Amino acid sequence: MGLRTPPLYGRHEDRGASFTEFGGWDMPVDFAGIQEEHAAVREAAGIFDVSHMGEIEVSGPDAERLMQRLTTNDVASLDPGDAQYAAITDDDGVMHDDTVVYRLPDGWDAEFLFVPNAGHDEDAYDRWTTYRDDEGLDATVENVTEDYGMVAVQGPDAPALVAERAGDGVLDLSMFEATGAAVAGVDSLVANTGYTGEAGFEIVFPADGAGAVWDAFATDCQPCGLGARDTLRMEYGFLLSGQDFHPEDEPRTPLEAGIGFVVDLDTEFVGRDAIAAQEDAGLDQQFVGLTLDERGVPRHGYDITTPDGDGVGVVTSGTMSPTLDEPIGLGYVDTEYAEDGTTVHVQVRGTGKQATITTPPFLDQ
Amino acid sequence: MSFDVPEHLHYLESHEWIDPETGRVGISDFAQDELGDVVFVELPGVGDDLEAGGEFGVVESIKAVSDIYAPVSGEVTAVNDDLANDPELVNDDPFGDGWLVELDFDEADLDDTLDADEYEEQIA
Repeated sequence: MGLRTPPLYGRHEDRGASFTEFGGWDMPVDFAGIQEEHAAVREAAGIFDVSHMGEIEVSGPDAERLMQRLTTNDVASLDPGDAQYAAITDDDGVMHDDTVVYRLPDGWDAEFLFVPNAGHDEDAYDRWTTYRDDEGLDATVENVTEDYGMVAVQGPDAPALVAERAGDGVLDLSMFEATGAAVAGVDSLVANTGYTGEAGFEIVFPADGAGAVWDAFATDCQPCGLGARDTLRMEYGFLLSGQDFHPEDEPRTPLEAGIGFVVDLDTEFVGRDAIAAQEDAGLDQQFVGLTLDERGVPRHGYDITTPDGDGVGVVTSGTMSPTLDEPIGLGYVDTEYAEDGTTVHVQVRGTGKQATITTPPFLDQ
Repeated sequence: MSFDVPEHLHYLESHEWIDPETGRVGISDFAQDELGDVVFVELPGVGDDLEAGGEFGVVESIKAVSDIYAPVSGEVTAVNDDLANDPELVNDDPFGDGWLVELDFDEADLDDTLDADEYEEQIA
């Protein structure tokens, strides 16, 4: 099967991007170099093509019930235009994906939109339609991933740049709030969300408007690839689906993954009972950050041990932090080693390198 | 995009170069560009014996970990200590200040390496 390509593929090629496969999509990994793009987002602004993210629309009399059933957060608390971060869990409470759920502003065709990660849209669609049918719910579920493009404009200058192109109304949006706005003449959903730790917006628009939206930003704003997206999110300790958790390779509940704040146990979501039981029993392992005290780079799959070499966990993400110029990692350790300041070792090609548990974000907020 | 391929060096298909005059070894301009920003280099110690085609170290960029292979067999006579603090020298000057190690080697081993024309053809 061929790779899926975003509507902006040609523009990225023209701009000299290098590409990589990610979640079944052929996406730009960098344009100017990861460090340069990373610095642009921390110091000014960058624009990311995130059209590989899925989009699923859910409508109908039982739409809210279906969303409530299949996501861990409280969908009923959302007013039109509100969004929330949530996990998608199975009966064991194991995360299959994380997502942002929008109750769309008035005037949109659908009632809910949610955004699964790259390559997860088809699974999510199957899950939603299967539960709908099994539970006899009256809801329409549409996988509109290919119909939409999405960009993220992120960085301290992003609010001003987006306001210039989408109107000052976007400046009134709280975190996780969205509004309809014309961006470069393209009717879009503009949301105060992101994955970098910086101020900024994510903008969803019909695929045929992608070029106009991109061009409206890409002259003033550094185009950024998935490489910088990854280093930026790691500095804030944000999870990457499929890497920091995965239903088979790294099965984790939202509590273990450090996102208990997206779990509302007062809602009847799939996996609720397993997670409630885990909360009562306590966690065996927890998601942590670490900084390497020696030269080297922690990487996905490296073992975390005590200084004596006894296994206590695993690294799930790691890089040389471009902002700090220090090696940082994310991963899971036994709860007794999860406290800030604990000394552990990361096994790098057979050598234990000293590391210190450091609760993310690694940067001062 | 075109890459520097100095005429006087020998190369491996895996993108290492060796200077037949000095025994200096590094990675090519093409290789550093493929890796992107280099953030860490792990090298052997002076006195270590390397075997032609064997892994002798690691170059890590932000996005990838890449093993590096010895173009020839020989003993390590010098290691580029500057890379500990400035690994980006590999990007900035792959055939100069970004060298990795120097080897005392047997010239006959060079027969198994690529000359500049052959390597240039490979990366074209």
